[in-house]
Amino acid sequence: MTTVALKNITKRFRSVTALDDVSFSVHDGEFFVLLGPTGAGKTTTLRLIAGLEKQDKGHIYFDDEQIDTMTPAQRDVAMVFQQYSLYPNMTVFDNLAFPLRSPMHRLAEDEIKERIAETTKILHIHHLLERKTAHLSGGEMQRVTIGRAIVREPRVFLMDEPLSNLDAKLREALRVELEHIQKTQGGTTIFVTHDQVEALTLADRIAVLNEGKLVQIGTATDIYDRPASIFVAQLVGTPRINLLPAGRENGHLHIENSLLHLPQAKNNIDLPPTFTLGVRPEDIQPNENGQFPGRVSLIEPLGVETVLHIQVGEQTLISLVSGMARLDIGDEVMFDIAQDRLHFFGHDGFRVDVAKDEQS
Amino acid sequence: MAQISLRQVEKRFGEFQAVQPVDLTINDGEFVVLLGPSGCGKTTTLRMISGLEAVTSGRIVIGDKDVTWMHPSDRDIAFVFQLYALYPHISVRKNITFPLEAQKVDKATIKKRLSMVTDLLRIQHLLRQRPGNLSGGDKQRVALARALVRQPAAFLMDEPLGALDADFRETMRAEIKRLHIQQGATTVYVTHDQIEAMAMGDRIVVMSAAVVQQVGTPADVYYNPANLFVARFIGSPGMNLISGKYADGIAHLPGNNRLNVPEPWRKSISNQLTGDDIMLGFRPEAARINGQGALRAEVYASDLHGAYNMIHLSLDEEQDEAMAHVRSSRGLNLAIGDQAAFDLDPEMIRFFDPHTESAVVLEA
Repeated sequence: MTTVALKNITKRFRSVTALDDVSFSVHDGEFFVLLGPTGAGKTTTLRLIAGLEKQDKGHIYFDDEQIDTMTPAQRDVAMVFQQYSLYPNMTVFDNLAFPLRSPMHRLAEDEIKERIAETTKILHIHHLLERKTAHLSGGEMQRVTIGRAIVREPRVFLMDEPLSNLDAKLREALRVELEHIQKTQGGTTIFVTHDQVEALTLADRIAVLNEGKLVQIGTATDIYDRPASIFVAQLVGTPRINLLPAGRENGHLHIENSLLHLPQAKNNIDLPPTFTLGVRPEDIQPNENGQFPGRVSLIEPLGVETVLHIQVGEQTLISLVSGMARLDIGDEVMFDIAQDRLHFFGHDGFRVDVAKDEQS
Repeated sequence: MAQISLRQVEKRFGEFQAVQPVDLTINDGEFVVLLGPSGCGKTTTLRMISGLEAVTSGRIVIGDKDVTWMHPSDRDIAFVFQLYALYPHISVRKNITFPLEAQKVDKATIKKRLSMVTDLLRIQHLLRQRPGNLSGGDKQRVALARALVRQPAAFLMDEPLGALDADFRETMRAEIKRLHIQQGATTVYVTHDQIEAMAMGDRIVVMSAAVVQQVGTPADVYYNPANLFVARFIGSPGMNLISGKYADGIAHLPGNNRLNVPEPWRKSISNQLTGDDIMLGFRPEAARINGQGALRAEVYASDLHGAYNMIHLSLDEEQDEAMAHVRSSRGLNLAIGDQAAFDLDPEMIRFFDPHTESAVVLEA
């Protein structure tokens, strides 16, 4: 397949800057996710790569070849949208065969049959081939839509929230299948979503966009464990990361409006006097011999885990524990905070990195 | 506050059965969630309790009053809709006090109750504004305040968080629950979101296709689902369900896997199964991948969910349904195609009859 590179791409719609000097490269065979809230510029990025929009500045490359002047058809990309763009009166087979019978990519009927057989097996839709697409369920239609992209063997797959119209259970099932298919077939894929679970689970790498700017690029682990800013930290993880106003005080880190004093490790002496402390809910765990006292103010059992709200002074910390917690509202608890997993953010909202190797 | 009883309450729209006869008692001060997919009858049930929809048959009792044929406004309930339903042209203060003024409550009482609900919901600073200028969350708080200020016998809420974005839902979910704990008002809450139901409900009424499937605490519906529908619907992902054959204490599963059925289950399975088909059920956290595990499967996909990994296992690649999703620590990294062995926590194994779709109940 193909590598994709965007170099210094800027796109304006009248007075609105949709993308502001965005650069990134997608490796051959990579599952690359564009993650961000509505209006971040994700779909615009995808449409520029497809050739459906033209950038105002910058260049786009496929395999080091500049493709700025190529038409969408010449770029040979396959797009999958949120809406199922199928021909309702055609059978599933004819829908899948359609791109292979087009003048630009015409294949022999034998080969068409072979490719469709292979693709429909992967997507578990081989039993639907003779069905009219109007009679399919939402999940089946989206499988056919994805099948129509795969069957073409394009240079690049471009997917714009393809799962977001499906109900939660179906979305989960198809997400896992999509992951399996992409990892075993290895097609370069650029996937747009606002759903952090989709991004974390599917991506080889994630590019986080906000208001037309690229905020962070990294693996799912990078984005989750080392968010570059408060914005990114809040974007991934449920429940959301605890963000606490804090400051340095007599060799300790003090969380405002609480009695919490964390020991200050040698490595964070570079911290500003006041900052925002980020703690993921799973890094706060009740423990009989825990270091800090608090009071349980709310319990939300989710089955596999339980969200505990722990009141400390005027602060409420969100803690995530396994299984059903054997606690009641009002209980006094002791708890620990995983001190090697703290996140520090400065007043500008950006991460203040502390050198791990100096940790005592 | 009051207890709400439904006795053989049923709703038909012409030929269409929207709600099959249901018996349900919601205790005084209880938070009960009606949960199910769209079209399951949960909103119709709520609307019958409120009086916005007439029952086809059956009786509804709130407190000691039979309200079956009472007008909604005589039932002493407050309804919170998904849509904020605020008057856009009058102030927040007026929006909140309006129901009291309509009931001719005296001014001093209105003032007292207003200050109580605005304290509770932390919206004192919004009182002079108009709803149009507020954020979605603030609008929802005002809508809640307007319901609370009346101090009704019961609250009925129809997907009140449905219009909010994901982050804010989490916050408001906790806030409504906190409010309930402080006020102790009998509440019936409708949602299609099982996470919301689990997090908020004292008890959950799971509905599907006009029928109540199970009534229980969050722990009941999670650990002991009454049938396959509840097993699949609760949890994210739902319970792993693997089809097999049962004979002589062994469940024969796809991929030539054999599960030694724990002794206490054997008699119940023999008594309750209608044939030799069985379905094994277990939650994703009930499986432990380790070198010595008795069950074998191939890794279909493996992904990071933030705090944990999820490993998707295929027991038999010829059977699409023979998949198990296993929750594991982030330390465990497996590649697609790897062989994995796993064990199940014997306390967390469940069985179902695929023909009746009912859970096998452990007999004493």
